[in-house]
Amino acid sequence: MTALTASTPRLRLARFRDLTLVPVIVLLLIAGAFLDPTFLTAGNLTNVLQQQAAISLLVLAEALILISGKFDLSLESIVGMAPAIAVMLVVPVSAGGFGIELPGLLVIPLCLLVGALIGAFNGFLIIKFQLSAFIVTLAMLIIVHGLQLGPTEGKTLFELPESILYLGSALWLGLPASIWIAGLLFAAGIAGLAYFRVGRSLYAIGGNSDAARAAGIRVDRVLWGVFILGGTLAALAGVLETGRLGAIGSNQGVGWIFMVFAAAVIGGVSMDGGKGTVLGALTGVLVIGLVQNLLTLKGVSGFWQPVVYGGIILIALMISRVAGGKAQD
Amino acid sequence: MKNHVEARNIVKRFGPTTALDGAGIAIAEGETHALVGRNGAGKSTLVSILTGLQRPDEGEVRFAGEAAPALGDRDAWRRRVACVYQKSTIIPALTVAENLFLNRQTTGRLINWRALRSRARELLETYEVDVDAAALAGDLGVEQRQLVEIARALSFGARFIILDEPTARLDGPAIERLFTRMRALREQGVTMMYISHHLDEVYEICQSVTVFRDARHVTTRPVEGLPHDELVAAMTGEATAAYETRPRTAGERVVLGASALTLAGRYREIDLSVRSGEVVGLAGSASSGKVSLAETLVGLRRADSGTVTIQGTPVKPGDVPAALRAGLGFVPEDRHHEGFVPLLSVGENATLPIAHRLGRFGTVSAARRRAEAVRMIEDLDIKTEGPDQPVGDLSGGNAQKVVFARALADDPAALVVINPTAGVDVKAKQALLGAVEDAVERGAGAVLVSDELDDLRICDRVLVMFHGRVVKDVPRGWTDHELVAVMEGIQE
Ligand SMILES: Nc1ncnc2c1ncn2[C@@H]1O[C@H](COP(=O)(O)OP(=O)(O)O)[C@@H](O)[C@H]1O
Ligand SMILES: [Mg+2]
Repeated sequence: MTALTASTPRLRLARFRDLTLVPVIVLLLIAGAFLDPTFLTAGNLTNVLQQQAAISLLVLAEALILISGKFDLSLESIVGMAPAIAVMLVVPVSAGGFGIELPGLLVIPLCLLVGALIGAFNGFLIIKFQLSAFIVTLAMLIIVHGLQLGPTEGKTLFELPESILYLGSALWLGLPASIWIAGLLFAAGIAGLAYFRVGRSLYAIGGNSDAARAAGIRVDRVLWGVFILGGTLAALAGVLETGRLGAIGSNQGVGWIFMVFAAAVIGGVSMDGGKGTVLGALTGVLVIGLVQNLLTLKGVSGFWQPVVYGGIILIALMISRVAGGKAQD
Repeated sequence: MKNHVEARNIVKRFGPTTALDGAGIAIAEGETHALVGRNGAGKSTLVSILTGLQRPDEGEVRFAGEAAPALGDRDAWRRRVACVYQKSTIIPALTVAENLFLNRQTTGRLINWRALRSRARELLETYEVDVDAAALAGDLGVEQRQLVEIARALSFGARFIILDEPTARLDGPAIERLFTRMRALREQGVTMMYISHHLDEVYEICQSVTVFRDARHVTTRPVEGLPHDELVAAMTGEATAAYETRPRTAGERVVLGASALTLAGRYREIDLSVRSGEVVGLAGSASSGKVSLAETLVGLRRADSGTVTIQGTPVKPGDVPAALRAGLGFVPEDRHHEGFVPLLSVGENATLPIAHRLGRFGTVSAARRRAEAVRMIEDLDIKTEGPDQPVGDLSGGNAQKVVFARALADDPAALVVINPTAGVDVKAKQALLGAVEDAVERGAGAVLVSDELDDLRICDRVLVMFHGRVVKDVPRGWTDHELVAVMEGIQE
């Protein structure tokens, strides 16, 4: 009986655990307003959101994968490779293409398909072949990036079909389309994980996969779906980033994965699976985006910024440790 | 009487191991049927086959004379058989309500959380489980979690329930409550299969018993009139005498002492002195504080006030290495968590505390470690392929022997042993209790904490704790009834 009475206060806190970063965001907004007058303007905040749109899709994907108790490092390589391959299938040889010259409208579907296929291959090795997710996706991180460098010979693709540039650069109702897209996908993620059985099954699988199996959840199928979805979201992130920058460089997406994990984890998503929410992950992205923006506005050297990010991650972890009350491993 | 459940000629292999070799079971409608056997006999494997989690390589399962449903049709299985598995299937990060309705949170598309909670409350009420539906399952105690599992299992309307070692982690009063519940279910005509290492429990609530040994069915008998030795002999394949405790006289030297130990919310003002050549038992219900007290003695917990002395010298509170240096050996409660490193070999695990003696300048001589390990394996009769096998691959009883080997490696002056026989079969249990008595005969003083009255029989005296205080010092020669009365706080 003692355990029961003790549980009530903890529960209240636990319910708000994925919102522990909200005060941090408020604090950042206030501090930012004082530090720089341009910070709290609509233009600047839109800018922050647009810059974070692509990486936030990776965070969404990684959050889903982590909640299911798995791991994917290869997402960042898909961000560059999927659009690069899709573009090369479409553009003529003179623009760096393969010479297949498929219709230009197909470039986005092709890009998403490439991402989905990579996710499916990861899933095959991890679920059917039962290899370690960490090592498989580490290898895939290297291979997929190589599959971009090889065909492009490390060159930047400049001549892109119109259709791939549209999403990353268009304005819808006065806001960049990429913000709408990321916002809608996050809303879908939040609702999906809170109100649908498949969404809940990710928590069950990440929390105790044997129990999930006993409850009739098709664990392998769901996990495979999550990897495919993750790859597709990473490819979409690639489309948005390509549109924003207007070209595909050989290191598009390179190095993102650290920020992705940082955002997910400070947002309360557990590396052990079964814990965390998409909303929490979103707050993680926002914190990192705001800090990045502040540092740039204040003219902090890009060389010093990593130290600050690292510090932020540690501080956020400590805050959620105190709020969550449980030791993290 | 017709068979409600039947499994025939089941063969199940896992790679090189044959977990079931033509074994079977037939359970009559309405009976509570025990399944017993040593660790690794194949009981849990049969459970996973009877519940449709695994497909047998050969053989068939029938429910009420009909063939079992297809493996993919989980719902059909769950209408026929409910199960509380040996490994918990509660998901700690989810609420009780969601655990109860896992993967059936809603029949429509969207989950209505409020409706889910009220359905959960209804369900908990129906089965008289006093748990908050909105609480996180991870915050529940072992007993409550198990009750949630039972309620969930029953909620599918199955008339057949399997309980795989449900009492291994429950204390005395909780076990009694479970039995009351099981009797009520039986009165409602529910058929049950009950797995336990506690043969007295089998006698208490079962009508028939099936024995498995080495993956095969050995015998099925009515419990009534079945002599205890015969049952044990069927399980072990040889006549095994009941454990004989040994008489001894305690020395004068106090090897382990505690004075005025207090830890808020756990225990208060505890004085304790254990002499060399003496086994002191600590008994009490789960809330008595006995485990916390023992964990304080070994340094796993730090008391708010008071001191612990080992061989006359006070040890730094909350410092396990200091306690070990002072001459302590201990067997922790949760062997998987604190007892051994599963991927390390038997040899490495057993010699961890004496590694410093096995080589110079921080090196460890592999040959000497092997020699030490081989000696320990022989001493404790550990069933293993050899010192190089990872402990994670051993069965429960043998893994526990490795933990014992480690505790005894340095010939400790004081030994603290917490629930050593949980989930361990009859023969291994005797070996473990024997190891404690051997160590004491060599001059150690031991503290034995146990939920099992049978273990406590080796004690020269038993200190009974109730709500954080030692309420009675009971010398050898007690009866179960006497001791339980004190543990429950019903003092005469
Ligand atoms: N999933 C598995 N993979 C490999 N071996 C297994 C598995 N499940 C059980 N075994 C082996 O099968 C044998 C029987 O195990 P089990 O049915 O758990 O025994 P019991 O429940 O009677 O203690 C043991 O040798 C065990 O190691
Ligand atoms: Mg078992």
